[in-house]
Amino acid sequence: MIVVALVLLAACMLPFVVSNYRTFQFTLALVYAIALLGLNMLTGYNGQISLGHGAFYAIGAYTAAILMDQYGVPYWATIPAAAVVCLIAGFLFGLPALRLEGLYLALATFALAVSLPALLKYHHLEQWTGGVQGIVLLKPDAPFGLPLNPDQWLYFFTLAITVLMFVLAWNILRGRMGHAMVAIRDQHIAAEAMGIHTAMVKSMTFGISAMYTGIAGALGAIAIQFVAPDSFNIFVSIMLLVGVVIGGLASISGAIYGALFIQFVPNIADAISKAAPWAIFGIFLLGFVYVMPMGIAGAVRMAVARLTRKAQNQAAKP
Amino acid sequence: MKMKYVSIAALLAAALASPTALAQKTIKIGNTNPYSGPASAYGTIGKTIGAYWKMVNEKGGINGRMVEWISYDDGYSPPKTVEMARRLVEQDQVLLIFQSLGTPPNSAIHKYMNAKKVPHLFVATGATKWNDPKSYPWTMGWQPNYQTEGRIYAEHILKNNPKAKIGVLYQNDDYGKDYLKGFKDGLGDKVSMIVKEVSYEVADPTVDSQMVQLQASGADTFFNITTPKFAAQAIRKAYDSGWKPTHYLNNVSASIGSVLKPAGLEKAVGLISTQYIKDPLDEQWKNDASVNEWKAFMGKYYPDGNLADASNIYGYTVAQTMHQVLKQAGNDLSRANIMKQAANLKNFRPETLLPGIRINTSATDFAPIESEQLIRFDGKEWKRFGAILGK
Amino acid sequence: MQELLHQVLAGLATGGIYASLALALVMIYQATHLVNFAQGEMAMFATYLAWSLINAGMPYWPAFLLTVVLAFVLGVVIERVIIRPVENAPVLAVVVVFIALLVILNSVTGWIYSYTIKSFPSPFPAEPIFGQYVTSHQGGAIGVTLVVLLLLFLFFRYTPLGLAMRAAAQNPDSARLVGIRVGWMLALGWGLAAAVGGVAGMMVAPIVFLDPNMMGGVLLYAFAAALVGGIDNPAGAVFGGFLVGVLENLLGAFVIGNELKLAVALVLIIGVLVVKPSGFFGKVLVTRV
Repeated sequence: MIVVALVLLAACMLPFVVSNYRTFQFTLALVYAIALLGLNMLTGYNGQISLGHGAFYAIGAYTAAILMDQYGVPYWATIPAAAVVCLIAGFLFGLPALRLEGLYLALATFALAVSLPALLKYHHLEQWTGGVQGIVLLKPDAPFGLPLNPDQWLYFFTLAITVLMFVLAWNILRGRMGHAMVAIRDQHIAAEAMGIHTAMVKSMTFGISAMYTGIAGALGAIAIQFVAPDSFNIFVSIMLLVGVVIGGLASISGAIYGALFIQFVPNIADAISKAAPWAIFGIFLLGFVYVMPMGIAGAVRMAVARLTRKAQNQAAKP
Repeated sequence: MKMKYVSIAALLAAALASPTALAQKTIKIGNTNPYSGPASAYGTIGKTIGAYWKMVNEKGGINGRMVEWISYDDGYSPPKTVEMARRLVEQDQVLLIFQSLGTPPNSAIHKYMNAKKVPHLFVATGATKWNDPKSYPWTMGWQPNYQTEGRIYAEHILKNNPKAKIGVLYQNDDYGKDYLKGFKDGLGDKVSMIVKEVSYEVADPTVDSQMVQLQASGADTFFNITTPKFAAQAIRKAYDSGWKPTHYLNNVSASIGSVLKPAGLEKAVGLISTQYIKDPLDEQWKNDASVNEWKAFMGKYYPDGNLADASNIYGYTVAQTMHQVLKQAGNDLSRANIMKQAANLKNFRPETLLPGIRINTSATDFAPIESEQLIRFDGKEWKRFGAILGK
Repeated sequence: MQELLHQVLAGLATGGIYASLALALVMIYQATHLVNFAQGEMAMFATYLAWSLINAGMPYWPAFLLTVVLAFVLGVVIERVIIRPVENAPVLAVVVVFIALLVILNSVTGWIYSYTIKSFPSPFPAEPIFGQYVTSHQGGAIGVTLVVLLLLFLFFRYTPLGLAMRAAAQNPDSARLVGIRVGWMLALGWGLAAAVGGVAGMMVAPIVFLDPNMMGGVLLYAFAAALVGGIDNPAGAVFGGFLVGVLENLLGAFVIGNELKLAVALVLIIGVLVVKPSGFFGKVLVTRV
């Protein structure tokens, strides 16, 4: 609890000690954290592998962009809209996906992510999506005369939503729904025998997961001020999966570690080698998986456990 | 111990006293390029330009100042471009951003660069929107735009074969659609001459199916708006399937080394395209001084670079343009003056451009290269024909 | 009518590409029960090795054989050095290792060979021998894929090593009890998959041209082909490849247009999988609770 409070305090101080550019980077990291949390519920807690969450990220981003661009909806109001749209999209996608497991679900989601940019470019939808040109957005200013610049304001706005989403996730995961999700992942037949409505829980998980990722997409679009089909290629989905695994499956804090990883490590790789930045990034991936196969959150958990055990042992000694 | 304090104090004093003097010793140029990801074939442009500045610095810099080239990988992903452009402008405090690559990445930072009033110069895309000095006075393109080129082919077809039945293959993105728009504008009320237009996605493995559709449409003229790999596939397929239409190929892929050779030179005979930069693999430039100079430059400063890759001579030529602007700016390296000089290029000619093509800009004309020449491939070299088109 | 025939034949030709990589995916699945996302990049890398050999003056067929051997060794080495340390890690950690392999191979190849496309020679004659709709290389490549399929069938069905590999993949514990060295069987599986991938690469490269991103677009189709045919059935994977190739062409040309053909083809495939979750020829798995 104290740790959480300290982290929050540090997060609130951050924009006042680092540059606007860094603030912007941390805003993106928060955005990824929300997306990763959503994917982690589905993949980590419920055991359904998705290679296509970039699609929901894109749907969220486009929902926000179209509402702002075409209908003049204020930026803050697009977040719940993106949430609802993605919740429904995810739930509907989750229904047929019920019959697919493991690899087959991976293919279905992969296919979704690959097809979505083509759909965004599709000429019958062009009047809303802007086709290949995409949509340019305006950056919001701080309201109520707050003495914050737009980067700082957007950071706090994103931070507030992030905290809200994490608290919500924490409540879902330790409640009935969360237990049902984990039970299905570990023993789905037994779970069914115990009266868990497997189909409902799985589809609902898909919906909630997509909702999280969609909210992240909307926030990302507002921060970047631009959406285009090229922004949402298959690598977005792959990066999200990487973030979940490196951060730590089935762990709430893992989403934050994973977000920091996918936000900052590619930049480090680029700084090390222009000739082959991806090769360096790949080596980072290997290194993390070798050293921490359970993700960063897993490693932290083990380290804490070891420390407390040591402390207890010492206390037990006379 | 005392010595250390003294020297630290001296250093601090020096640093505080002359931030401007320090800043003026170097010229910081920022850039984004796809060094990773699916568009990484273009990353070589950034590397060529980096090598060019290395050469400039070795020869004493520009007006006595060294160029510092800061180029970041954006993987052709617009969100990453935004992040990197902000890093360049706000953290690295570059004087300007030069040759950021790709239409979607540049669209993403278009507003930002203009709001920050940072020169966004000679972007590496042929979209038409970069020539808009009224709304975007800080952004400037460089190469001839795609729409103009599309119009040139349309006019050529109207003049030489007014009864042509045209099939078009285009990449389904901003680049392909820009070409197609220019082409259709050029055809005007004769747009029904297009009997079939088909698109492909960059992720498609081949365009064979599209080529079959075009052939089946009965078209006798083919406008090929594709990037190098697909251009080579289309050239080969058009030949192998016995279609053999009058074949117009966009300038993007009019490279002997990286397109026609892989496709098979004999299959490329008769291709019509346009050009504004000399093709280094073309026989006619074998003894050309500027091309040899470029080859020597590549050998010395970028030995890993592929001499057959047209992107490398492109990078070299555009870097010369930037070099000229900085030379003209003299000692006034304010951003406003950089923009002023960029809009004040008069008959500037990097010699690697085709003979007769010059770079001209003004306060109302933000399109540096506006002329190109039609070319036809004879199996060995691109034969230029007709007048230099455009301004 | 003529166009229909032409589209079907062109679809079979591209389907051959998907089939050959799908075969490699099935191979690795049979050995390890995992789908290797780096399979395409491994095939691409092997093809560059072949290109180097041929450019150094080696005749085609010796270069071909040497590449198959090199690819096999590469596969074994990757399994021993890179995959072995995560043997007991969660499945998704292994998937991340595959992604790492993919980006490393892609980036390193681009660094060594540059990203410009290269033409890759075909062992088949330049003159069309199957009529003008299908080049002799495309026809030949389909033939090679079918030969590889036959060899794999014979290997797994009739050789002791093939049987041992299957046993090791299906039930590692029991296999170990009867004296099969399961670890080495996995490495062999990787080697074989890489070798099959190398053949696929050398057959694909003359069609799509050789470049570091050559297999990026193919992988999804191969993945779909392998699943729709049945991920544990090599013949099914080959059939799936042809099916996907033809389906995609027909949809693009006659039904939905090129823009959405991939999306619709995938929806159809997923539709099939919803009805028949093990693919057309896959074994229905019965799991014990």
